[in-house]
Amino acid sequence: MKAETLARLRAARSERRPVARVATLDGSVDAVVEDGEGPLPEPVLEVARAALKQNRSHDFEHEGGRWFVQVFNPPLRLIVVGAVHISQPLIGMASGLGYDVTLVDPRGAFATAQRFPDVEICDEWPDDALEALGVDGRTAVVTLTHDPKLDDPALHVALRSEAFYVGALGSRRTHAQRVERLVEAGFDEAAIGRIRAPIGLDLGGRAPAEIALAIAAQMTEALYR
Amino acid sequence: MADAAVGEADAILDRAADWAAAGRGVALATVVKTWGSSPRAVGSQLVVDDTGAFEGSVSGGCIEGAVVIEARRTIEDGAPRLLDFGVSDEEAWEVGLACGGSIEVFVEKLA
Repeated sequence: MKAETLARLRAARSERRPVARVATLDGSVDAVVEDGEGPLPEPVLEVARAALKQNRSHDFEHEGGRWFVQVFNPPLRLIVVGAVHISQPLIGMASGLGYDVTLVDPRGAFATAQRFPDVEICDEWPDDALEALGVDGRTAVVTLTHDPKLDDPALHVALRSEAFYVGALGSRRTHAQRVERLVEAGFDEAAIGRIRAPIGLDLGGRAPAEIALAIAAQMTEALYR
Repeated sequence: MADAAVGEADAILDRAADWAAAGRGVALATVVKTWGSSPRAVGSQLVVDDTGAFEGSVSGGCIEGAVVIEARRTIEDGAPRLLDFGVSDEEAWEVGLACGGSIEVFVEKLA
């Protein structure tokens, strides 16, 4: 790998830009594909574009030679709304799964660096926070406050985004009320149907860490299935 | 690509850059193909320096030793290498792929 290739890959990753590295397995070609373009033949560029879209690195053949495309998509991101008891184990699990985690809670007493030492904390109102972060197709949004004043604005932004996972904590009854409010706010059935509620896979656990595990497992399922 | 590997990919690229900046010879080993059950996804990487220090994994611990030896050769002679591991179950066991899978690893020098 050329030092220049390494530098470009690292720069792209630090700025959340998707990038692919394409090389021949005899070491003769070493190129970076960014914004769908790079110094490569068109058929090879097409392979790289498809690989980025599918988030899948793989080998391939082109004109008798063996090639390899390695995908470097932006890291997954989890936005947790609510600095509550479930948030602590969820943040730890998500970090272990490779997510960049942001904790959003405008209530200063909840989201303290002392209670949440290892996570980026945002104390803006949830809709402003999510708009500022920019929710993309590699982002999961989880609302945990139980408070419609905080959860609903976050869900409004999440449901208008390409977030691959949107989950909201609360019982079936709580969710039925939430659905009514979202309908009133103008969201249709398809949009509202994206919300995972009750949140998490049905693992049967009740402890905070068990619920966090159920959420993390459901996020993983949403990513791949 | 396993997404849990995303953070790890950053760590490996950072380590490669750090070691190169410190004047060490550096090679990257990348899983380019797998057959059967294999513990690490295609694209998983290992970074090696000229003393044999390494970070990352290409097999979950099974064949890292052999890859590091080849990577040090690549750092020395500059030639890329394509390594195959685990052809039969018996051989797989010998090189440490107890999982019975088979993988191909591309080794290249950072230059």
